Amino acid sequence: MNAKTINIKVNGMPFFVHEGTTVLEAAKLVNVKIPTLCYHPDLPAWAACGICVVKVEGSPKMFRACSTPVEDGMSIITHDPEIVEVRRTVIELILSTHPNDCLQCLRNQNCELQRLAAEFGIREMPFEYNINRIPVDDSTTSLILNPEKCVKCGRCVKVCQEMQNVWAIEFLGRGESTRIAPAGDVLLAESPCIKCGQCSAHCPVGAIYEKDETQKVWKALQDPSKHCVVQIAPAVRVALGEAFGLEPGTLVTNKAYAALRRLGFKGIFDTNFGADLTIMEEGSEFVERFVHGKGELPLITSCCPAWVDYLEKYYHDLIPLFSTAKSPQAMVGALSKTYYADKSGIDCKNIFMVSIMPCTAKKYEIVRSESMYSSGCQDIDVSITTRELSRMIKSAGIDFLSLPDEDADAPLGIYTGAGTIFGATGGVMEAALRTAYFLVTGQELKNVDLTDVRGIEGIKEARIRMAGKEVRVAVAHQMGNIEKVLDLVREAKAKGKELPWHFIEVMACRGGCIGGGGQPYGATDEIRKKRLQGIYKDDTQSKIRCSHQNPAIKQLYAEFLGKPLSHKSHELLHTKYTPRPLYTR
Amino acid sequence: MAKMTLEELKKLRETKKRELEKREVTGKDIEITVGMATCGIAAGAKQTLSAFLNELEAQNLSNVVVRQTGCMGYCYAEPTVEIRMPGMPDIIYGKVDPETAVKIVRKHILGKVLINDHILDKPAADIMKK
Amino acid sequence: MAFKNYVLVCGGTACQSSKSEEIYKNFISELEAAGIKEDVQVVITGCFGFCEKGPIVKVLPDESFYVEVKPTDAKEIVAEHLVKGRQVKRLLYQGEETKKHAKVEDIAFYQKQFRIVLRNCGVINPEDIYEYIARDGYAALEKVLFEMTPDQVIQELKVSGLRGRGGAGFPTWLKWNFTKEVNDSPKYIVCNADEGDPGAYMDRSTLEGDPHSILEAMAIAGKTVGANKGYIYIRAEYPLAIHRLEIAIKQARELGLLGKDILGSGFDFDIEIRLGAGAFVCGEETALLASIEGERGMPRPRPPFPAVKGLWQKPTVINNVETWANIPVIILRGGAWFANIGTEKSKGTKVFALTGKIRNSGLVEVPMGTTLREIIYDIGGGIINGKKFKAVQTGGPSGGVITAEYLDTPIDYENLQKLGSIMGSGGMIVMDEDDCMVDIAKFYLGFTVDESCGKCAPCRVGGRQLLNYLDKISKGKATRDDLAKMKQIGAAMKRASLCGLGQTAPNPVLSTLTYFEKEYLAHVDDRTCPAGKCKDLITYSILPEKCIGCGLCARRCPVNCITGEKRQPHVIDQSACIKCGECYSVCKFGAVMRK
Repeated sequence: MNAKTINIKVNGMPFFVHEGTTVLEAAKLVNVKIPTLCYHPDLPAWAACGICVVKVEGSPKMFRACSTPVEDGMSIITHDPEIVEVRRTVIELILSTHPNDCLQCLRNQNCELQRLAAEFGIREMPFEYNINRIPVDDSTTSLILNPEKCVKCGRCVKVCQEMQNVWAIEFLGRGESTRIAPAGDVLLAESPCIKCGQCSAHCPVGAIYEKDETQKVWKALQDPSKHCVVQIAPAVRVALGEAFGLEPGTLVTNKAYAALRRLGFKGIFDTNFGADLTIMEEGSEFVERFVHGKGELPLITSCCPAWVDYLEKYYHDLIPLFSTAKSPQAMVGALSKTYYADKSGIDCKNIFMVSIMPCTAKKYEIVRSESMYSSGCQDIDVSITTRELSRMIKSAGIDFLSLPDEDADAPLGIYTGAGTIFGATGGVMEAALRTAYFLVTGQELKNVDLTDVRGIEGIKEARIRMAGKEVRVAVAHQMGNIEKVLDLVREAKAKGKELPWHFIEVMACRGGCIGGGGQPYGATDEIRKKRLQGIYKDDTQSKIRCSHQNPAIKQLYAEFLGKPLSHKSHELLHTKYTPRPLYTR
Repeated sequence: MAKMTLEELKKLRETKKRELEKREVTGKDIEITVGMATCGIAAGAKQTLSAFLNELEAQNLSNVVVRQTGCMGYCYAEPTVEIRMPGMPDIIYGKVDPETAVKIVRKHILGKVLINDHILDKPAADIMKK
Repeated sequence: MAFKNYVLVCGGTACQSSKSEEIYKNFISELEAAGIKEDVQVVITGCFGFCEKGPIVKVLPDESFYVEVKPTDAKEIVAEHLVKGRQVKRLLYQGEETKKHAKVEDIAFYQKQFRIVLRNCGVINPEDIYEYIARDGYAALEKVLFEMTPDQVIQELKVSGLRGRGGAGFPTWLKWNFTKEVNDSPKYIVCNADEGDPGAYMDRSTLEGDPHSILEAMAIAGKTVGANKGYIYIRAEYPLAIHRLEIAIKQARELGLLGKDILGSGFDFDIEIRLGAGAFVCGEETALLASIEGERGMPRPRPPFPAVKGLWQKPTVINNVETWANIPVIILRGGAWFANIGTEKSKGTKVFALTGKIRNSGLVEVPMGTTLREIIYDIGGGIINGKKFKAVQTGGPSGGVITAEYLDTPIDYENLQKLGSIMGSGGMIVMDEDDCMVDIAKFYLGFTVDESCGKCAPCRVGGRQLLNYLDKISKGKATRDDLAKMKQIGAAMKRASLCGLGQTAPNPVLSTLTYFEKEYLAHVDDRTCPAGKCKDLITYSILPEKCIGCGLCARRCPVNCITGEKRQPHVIDQSACIKCGECYSVCKFGAVMRK
């Protein structure tokens, strides 16, 4: 890159940076940490809170480090008594609008405001408290808005509007009565909210958070009449360790199984089995549409429930493009109360199925429609997030790091490398192509590493030749990136032009599920990349890397389902979609 | 393509300048200008304007032009009115309510006598005249 | 038959106290004696504004200007000037520079006001483009389109020394030059007509009285920097100005002075009006641009500055109405002419909205360097009701107060800043002994707290905290420690707020605290309000020894809390009294006491 280099000084230390670097980034390069609150690396600088102010020699003003680009010859002073005093006063002012109840807050020990108060040695509140008493909004299945704790950093609004393009929440009112809520002050459940939880993943304090359903799980675990089983999603295994001090991306799969057993679960399953199953069903669907012309193209994945909600609200004319296959968790859920129930001789009414997901929208998925009760009971009883599980493990006194490695239970715990990569953006597509290639050509791919669909780029494209035809695929993640893709599809269909792609994978969260709204706090691209590396490591170290080669899957079809897209498959493993209004009030 | 050329504008300006100076062009040589900015209107300038029009009609005066203008600056004395007529000094009157308007028509315009207790003055230089 | 001569005797307060009434009477009798009563009318006028040389007598139609006239001079003026037609030279005003006897029109000094911005206001019909054209309207645009290069325009602005009149005082040529030099398109021209300071209406009057001057100026800017589109962002609370602007734009388009290929020059320029929706913060330039873009009116961090990345991240010149109004004159008369007016660092004139406890409230336009005393006393006519001057507030909610000892300060950007205030957009509010400085600070802070956009914590939270402290002070519930905390919050707001609203919101507080610390301490330590304004700290009571029982106060009391028999001393029920002060002001016997 031919970016111009600029000479600057930070606290007297000279060095040079590229043009376009902000003061905050420049300071980081020389290991000077300027405190921030509203700033987040995922978003352009909002420049609101006023904590990152610094001085620049030659100017009487103070500047916000997060938004000020460096200029040639700039001499920046990041800390002096006056600057610290101003920052401290700003923090005290913010604290005067924030309830002083850390001990009862879910962000206790994991809160950015708390960290600032501790670092600045705040010992008293010099100003009167002025807290906006606005009621909590817990109208959705997944998220809770707690406006009293809101520090108006604006991250959630920017994420929902600019990153996710959902526009469920906005700033309302002005001045001291500014609050963050859906337009018209409707409830979140009445708004376009897709429950992706990205707002909660970016909130620096306890103003937006997931609905904690751990009590339901504890209750079931203690109920002797309940046979508790659990499934764990691919993305959880590369992030759960972070709650216990491990590096992001560390694979803790087998420790997780052990922890779940110690919590009291009788059946330890893996969502990756469901992923392999999804590939069989969806891959066959693709063959039907692409080879035999039955149904519409492009085929669009539907395993992401936030994405499903988004399309049902914003692009419901494209519903016929959706794969009718359920998500991996839903498939495992349905099977746990039928296939597994039969095998173990337990009535489905007594089976309590819990899923551990990186995702807040999964709480919505499990009650989304009738098809989520395909087993005759609710297929999945509770879905909890990675964050909730980590709290359960801690409160159970389990020393996670010293757990031995254990295995999951067969058959619903056996998976291939193709299943595990579902947790990464591009993973579903890669897994699907590995199997689709086999289904179409009857041959195995020589190289199953389809790297074109991997990586943190918002939209990725790839081409692969199958039986003399070119298959064009697209992968999009972070909801805001999908508009472009869908508009091109709409345009092509309207004008009768050739389709830009035949198969599209969509994930609502940046990075795919590893960046999900229920994952441990503080995800940045740096951390997402590490988690992605962990996922692909799990794939390469798997003995079997294609879903159709999974012996447990083969057994399932032989014993129970017949073949992909069979009547039974449709009953248990497929779902329907319905257009939904953006606002229900 | 242009709606008006440079030469046309210059000619137009000259014409209009002369018109402003030679008020007799249209046979109307007496000018009543009423300040119609928000301060004037708030103080009742619209009613003052009507009073002028009514009285001029009642007195059958056809050589008088009644026009509006913006804020003259005397917000404390609104409504303000400027009277210009040949043979009399240009005078600005302040606090011109409808009653005073009638007086102005009768005493100043017809009687050629200034009305004593309403006269303001223009302590501000007109930079365009130089 | 018109009179042959008119004698105008200045009736301003200063002249009155030096006997203008007597002069008037003498003229009447002298004219009678001379037998020319029928030929000359003598009248008393409003204040000419030249009070140090009063009493003033003006003789028309020859526009002779007599100064320091004594009552006895009437005889000589009648005999010499009115009968024989010879001016009384010794009484004529002598220009300092030329020592020649001057006519009214030539008297620059007499004319304390020099209307550049308001040149056409009060002269032309703002709804008639032809009147604007006749007064050299659009001649500056002609010059820029056909006779000047963009660099020459910038140079003329640079020589003129014009600084932004919205309050910040940034050199206009520099702002235009940034935008001109940036290699990006499209570029935009924006007029900030969201005048929000309480008590300021200079821009409103300019737009109502001379809308074309703004249109012409924006087109000039467009040609200079390379922009073809302009926006006028005007607050919806100015319906008349909006109406006049719409008419002006329509007329300009009809004549081809806006639109495509203006005057055959090949230059296109058109202007659109955008309305504000009641937010003071949208007068801040980045919030204004956000509002035009359809976003919430919240400021954005600078740098980058709008000149480089403004409307839709494109180079944008955004200036205040008053700045724009100066442009055509500078082009026509030249920057050097403009630079001749004003002080070394502040050139040209400034329009002030002179309001408050002043006799002659209104819009005044004076050259920079005019002193506050001249504006308040000479032009403004001094304090009404014979009260004592206490302070003058400039710069609206971003400014501070200036006390009597600084009244001879020549007004310019730097001087006002040194005094702890700012020039601001031009609001100038005069206060007398009955105004309480704590109350004034509370008023301004109440305004900024209400208008704060809420984006940044220092302003959103700090402003409310400051206001709460002021409220405590006005109720006699504050401590000295509270004053220290106010200073701490004020410092944080000034340094860490995102935009000028928050950065300057503490100014009224800090300024009044500096100059009127005793008044604050009276509220804090003694729990009294010396000016008698803060309701919680005053009580009205009736002195029985002075009350004659006329019952007037009881009849005027809006809450009927005064009782008493006829001709018996009356009593105020303190529990019901709302401290409106009506009884205090109507009692003719001084029987109502305010403590």
